[in-house]
Amino acid sequence: MKEKITEIFTKFTDERDNLIPLLQKIQEELGYLPEESLKEVAKFLHIPESEVFGVGTFYSQFKLKPGGKKTVVVCRGTACHVKGGARIQKDIEKMLGVAPGETTPDMEYTLETVACIGACALAPNVVVDKEIFGQVNARKIKEMFAPAETGTTQD
Amino acid sequence: MDGKEIKAAPGDTVLKASKKAGIYIPTLCADKELEPYGGCRLCVVEIEGVRGQPTACTTPVAEGMKVLTQTPAVEKIRRTAIELIMSDHPADCLICVKNQRCDLQSAAAYLGINQYKFKRTSRAVNPDTSNPFFVRDLNKCILCAKCVRVCDEIRGVGAIDVAFRGFGSVIAAFGNQPIISSNCISCGSCVSKCPVGALYLKNEKRPDTEIVTVCTYCGVGCGLSIGVRGGQIARVLPDPNSEVNKGHLCVKGHFGVTEFVHHSERLTSPLIRVGNNFIKSTWNEALELVAMKLGKYKGPEVGVISSSKATNEENYLAQKFARVALNTNNVDQCARLCATPTLEALTAAFGCGAMTNPIGDISGAGCVLALGTNTTVSHPVLAMEIWRGVRRGSKFIVVNPKETELARWASLWLQNRPGSDAALLMGIAKVIVGEGLEDKEFIKGKCENYEAFKTSLNEYDLDFVENVSGISKEKITQAARIYGTVKPASIIYGSGITQHIYARDNVEAAANLAMLTGNVGKPSSGVNPLFGQNNVQGACDMGALPDMLPGYQNINKDEAREIFDAAWECQLEGTPGLTVTEMMKEAGEKKLKAMYIIGENPVISEPDSQHVIEALKKLEFLVVQDLFLTDTARLAHVVLPAASFAEKDGTFTNTERRVQLVRKVIEPVGDSHPDWWILCQLARRMETKGFEFANPSQIMEEIAGLIGEYAGISHSRLGSGGIQWPCPDKEHKGTPILHENGFIRGKGRFTPVEYREPREKPDAEYPLILTTERNRYHYQTGTMTRRVTGMDMLKHEEYLSISKTDAERAGIAGGEVVKVVSRRGELKVKAKISDDTPEGIVAMSFHFPGTPTNVLTDSFTEPSMRTPELKLTAVKVVKL
Ligand code: SF4
Ligand code: SF4
Ligand code: SF4
Ligand code: FES
Ligand code: FES
Repeated sequence: MKEKITEIFTKFTDERDNLIPLLQKIQEELGYLPEESLKEVAKFLHIPESEVFGVGTFYSQFKLKPGGKKTVVVCRGTACHVKGGARIQKDIEKMLGVAPGETTPDMEYTLETVACIGACALAPNVVVDKEIFGQVNARKIKEMFAPAETGTTQD
Repeated sequence: MDGKEIKAAPGDTVLKASKKAGIYIPTLCADKELEPYGGCRLCVVEIEGVRGQPTACTTPVAEGMKVLTQTPAVEKIRRTAIELIMSDHPADCLICVKNQRCDLQSAAAYLGINQYKFKRTSRAVNPDTSNPFFVRDLNKCILCAKCVRVCDEIRGVGAIDVAFRGFGSVIAAFGNQPIISSNCISCGSCVSKCPVGALYLKNEKRPDTEIVTVCTYCGVGCGLSIGVRGGQIARVLPDPNSEVNKGHLCVKGHFGVTEFVHHSERLTSPLIRVGNNFIKSTWNEALELVAMKLGKYKGPEVGVISSSKATNEENYLAQKFARVALNTNNVDQCARLCATPTLEALTAAFGCGAMTNPIGDISGAGCVLALGTNTTVSHPVLAMEIWRGVRRGSKFIVVNPKETELARWASLWLQNRPGSDAALLMGIAKVIVGEGLEDKEFIKGKCENYEAFKTSLNEYDLDFVENVSGISKEKITQAARIYGTVKPASIIYGSGITQHIYARDNVEAAANLAMLTGNVGKPSSGVNPLFGQNNVQGACDMGALPDMLPGYQNINKDEAREIFDAAWECQLEGTPGLTVTEMMKEAGEKKLKAMYIIGENPVISEPDSQHVIEALKKLEFLVVQDLFLTDTARLAHVVLPAASFAEKDGTFTNTERRVQLVRKVIEPVGDSHPDWWILCQLARRMETKGFEFANPSQIMEEIAGLIGEYAGISHSRLGSGGIQWPCPDKEHKGTPILHENGFIRGKGRFTPVEYREPREKPDAEYPLILTTERNRYHYQTGTMTRRVTGMDMLKHEEYLSISKTDAERAGIAGGEVVKVVSRRGELKVKAKISDDTPEGIVAMSFHFPGTPTNVLTDSFTEPSMRTPELKLTAVKVVKL
């Protein structure tokens, strides 16, 4: 990891304005932002570690923990909310045993929420690894996640 | 504003203008010291022609602007802002430490809020109690970010920031870890700023009275406001009115006072040695004994070590006692270890051996050159001034072998080899002259001996300088161009360049550089030594020096002695006395037979401590006067219990020549007495006249009559704030900047500096260089700070900082106990692998008697220099 970060640093100057581009680049390379990398960035830019942490946790695009193989995004926009988005989220949380922003211990799924994915007509919506599942209900949720839970595969 | 015509300065915010006009606008996140934030939306107003309700704290004024501060719309926003905060703020007011001092309470009351509007929720996070001195209860946090801003903008630390978003926002250290794991320096500034009960001091009691005095630790001389309750110190806060610290303190001043003052190990009665034990005695008995014993010796057989921690009045009396009652010039104090090179070199160059400029104008410099100072650790509050400048965009050049926190702030960091400072500075001078950047007019009109200096530059060929210092020619040139062209430029330096055997060369080279560029006698310029202890400057001013009478009058000058002979009704000896280091040597040879040590602990602080112990053991009679039974006091025949700074009146002179009033805050602990009282008592018993003082204010009157720089100073004048000497008469306001109307000595004098190799050199046997350093949480030999539980927690033991490469080479791991061996001694210490320490160098502090670093260092002094080498000792590190 260290080598990769050092390599990335060679492409940037140590100006403060480079903070966000740097974090983006590191996340692109490593998949997420390990704590160690944030410290390295602080050192490189001569800014406090707390500031890098603040920025890293403020923007939803940054992940400070490694994500699962698949990302599950529950839409919490208005249309989905009206159609029971909150309930859907609860169910999925229960199913996976994690809260939004967390990853299942088997590193299979990372759960996230988002405000409106622009497919309101199909509300409520859930996106699993870029694939949109519309008109989600309790049964569909079971179908979507049962395999991972039991460890068997299904096509 | 509100129909009234008001005046404001360009750049003022609407809020500032309203304050000037006496119109009240409620605020929660605005602070006059911090940049506008616009976070709380309490200060909203309506401005004609501007949409919505802008925040007064962030909106700049404009000519003819029409502002309404009290409209229904504004009122509504303010109420909602408070109601939202109240919705998840614990309703704990009665058991909150900030009750009745809380800005949220005041704001809610001002807006007449009498019920909860929103559904109440709670955050229920555990308070962070990890810091020994304060608690962070973020359940009460209103996210005003004052703590974040003071930590970053003012202190330059940045331990905390706003993290996460939306309702999840919190003030967090890196990784949302407890604050103790961050780079927080425990200064407490965030606690002072917090408007609510989210940040509060542990162990704080509300005091009955509050007394303003001066910190006893470092040379910055911060104003303290000490709260007293029932005769005990209840809390220590920064004095908001002090021009020096402007409402801030460091961890030592803020949290390091109460516990040592009231510590159970304070000496409470005189002790007299009987065999291997001490027995308690009365003052009368002890004083009689000391007076009788000391009176037996001839001048050359006795020595007095005074203290740069003691007040001016006490230092004055200590040297007067030595010279008049004991007939000796053998009087000195630990300033020898850091201040003498400065006194000598700056006196020779400028005519005065003190900081040329005030602390407060460092931030105004276009360029600051910092030599051998780890300011954020040694002088934390002064470091704020540097940071202020750096934030304003001043060029900051740091010369230091170690990667200090200052290096992070630097525009250019020169990581030179220890002992190469003079060569590096001369190299910089050479480039300045070579490129024609020198201030020719200044040199011609105000200086002398320039040609000789210029000739001496020939020796400093850049290849040679690069070789000696390890700094590339390019960087040397870069530094020269910055320092040579950006005006005004200020040089600050610390013990990193003065605790060397050839320290005077370093200071001379710095003075040369300042004159070369015309940077003396102007605001934000000059050559500025940062003295370590609270009263180094004062102790030297008072003549607690073997070769100088008060006011730096040379003891070997007849005219000088005549004045004091007349004033003190005595016959002064004209030959200079011995320095501390020399006294130890003579004691070891039994030439010096008796010693009186006031408030110093040379066993730990002096180099080559094994020899110091042996020497002190050989004395026929040793008196030690201190707060605690120090390692030095244990060797004494009589120990006299002294009162602490909080228990006496007097003055300290800080590193910028500011004489400040020290006030008695509480009665002396136990049966202790102030040093001045003890000295007067002893003199009386020795039938020496001139010690009939009833209080320190009378002593200052005598001082003012004898030292020109102090002529206008009196305790009554100092009551309303410190005065920077020279202050020649009662009307004079003091002199913040020296040499403004020409150099005090007439012309500034350049000094040719010849290159000298450091005496201690690493070799195959001792391949590493040990340098001594300070720690943020401890002070000198640790007598006071190690007795403060929280400080002890923050740094409990000594360690040896070593680079990864050197550790690997020696086959040792971090945390492992290793043996450090020098040509003089050895000790065992835990190793700590540190990124800040470059290869080839190891570092230790000297605050822990259990790990007496100075058994390793060399007490050798060059006859013409008389300062030992503390920053450079060849050692080897051995695996056990
Ligand atoms: S802890 Fe105090 S100062 Fe810091 S943001 Fe919260 S309320 Fe403001
Ligand atoms: S105590 Fe000082 S360093 Fe620590 S967080 Fe507060 S302001 Fe920052
Ligand atoms: S900076 Fe120095 S004078 Fe100020 S509080 Fe700290 S130790 Fe005391
Ligand atoms: S609200 Fe869910 S897709 Fe628009
Ligand atoms: S005081 Fe202006 S927004 Fe807080």
